Amino acid sequence: MERLAFELESAGPPAPRAPPVVVGVVASGNLEVLVEPGDLAGRCRVEVATSANGFAEIWDAVLRDFAARNAVAGLALSVNDAGATPAVVSLRLDQAVEEYLGQRP
Amino acid sequence: MTPGNPGHLPARRSYREATARRRLAGILDPGSFTELLGPSERVTSPHLAGLGLAVAFDDGVVVGRGLLGGRVVLAASQEGGFMGGAVGEVHGAKLVGLLRRAERERPAGVLLLLDSGGVRLQEANAGLVAVSEIMRALLGARAAGVPVVGLIGGGWGCFGGMGIVARCCDALAMSEEGRLGISGPDVIEATKGVEELDAADRALVWRTYGGKHRYLLGEADLLVEDDLAAFRDAAAALLASPRSLDEGALAREHERLARRLADFGGCTDAADVWRAAAVPDPDRLPLLDADAFRRAVAAARGEEP
Repeated sequence: MERLAFELESAGPPAPRAPPVVVGVVASGNLEVLVEPGDLAGRCRVEVATSANGFAEIWDAVLRDFAARNAVAGLALSVNDAGATPAVVSLRLDQAVEEYLGQRP
Repeated sequence: MTPGNPGHLPARRSYREATARRRLAGILDPGSFTELLGPSERVTSPHLAGLGLAVAFDDGVVVGRGLLGGRVVLAASQEGGFMGGAVGEVHGAKLVGLLRRAERERPAGVLLLLDSGGVRLQEANAGLVAVSEIMRALLGARAAGVPVVGLIGGGWGCFGGMGIVARCCDALAMSEEGRLGISGPDVIEATKGVEELDAADRALVWRTYGGKHRYLLGEADLLVEDDLAAFRDAAAALLASPRSLDEGALAREHERLARRLADFGGCTDAADVWRAAAVPDPDRLPLLDADAFRRAVAAARGEEP
């Protein structure tokens, strides 16, 4: 088990505050992503708990790509990972933000 | 199949393929669900964390309040994808809390969307205690007049202590894909040998544990297709017909079980039970859809389908 924390630059307007959303399931090769309003202006905070040790650089790359694709400044993401591949992580992160932003106010 | 449109199947949203959260969203009135102790609360398993294992923010069960056909119900949905839906300390406490709340608040009913291999082995003692507390709380809610309905159609079935919890409910709805039992096939093969039960024989496993067999034995009250809307209709129907929990009802159930043992105790395979129950063409039962299956069983019982 490894715990990683990131603070990501993200362009675009800050994300609106909305009720928290969780997507995905902590099953083998899968992960859950919890999206909540964060406390960092202009940046996105991500906390990762992963069962696969030694992949901090890959997480950093995947999360940077994610923050470049989406306007996620002001959000806090929490991840419980059970060994998902980078592609699965990317899709799940995009799904999480899409569901968070897609909620009716 | 619709004539002139080969391969067309009616639109259906699989219950089995849905996550615990999507099942709740598909069963309850749209947008009516409010989660209690949701993922943001981060009430996760201290035992898994201590073992260095991945935790889930909801510990594998979603509990809360919603509407079913406009009536207030409390509902729980187990996530089989997380550790096989197994019951740990937090997971169990959430179910107990929901059932005790039902006893206090007297909603129109409690729905338990069961998908569980039983007790979580990593926190076995806490899980075992939790299962007995769930049974106590479930019977407490029923004694207070709140019907409790179980739905079984997930990929992990309903086994171990949760199999017992299921049979403490007023009523159960199952799909053929859902399975119900105490010891699962792998446990029986490991302890009694492959001659007793070949866990790799999927046809054998499903005709022994599957919804059709449980319906025929009188353990599931409704057999439905693997479809969220079908489970929703079944839940509404079963909430409307709670089962008495008095001494007379228990005595009648014991008589029924004694008769069942006398009728089928000598059978070595589910197919023998179907034959002994005089269901026409028993070998074809696994091939029938839910409607045709219910008609075949009703004919054998001399009932209106």
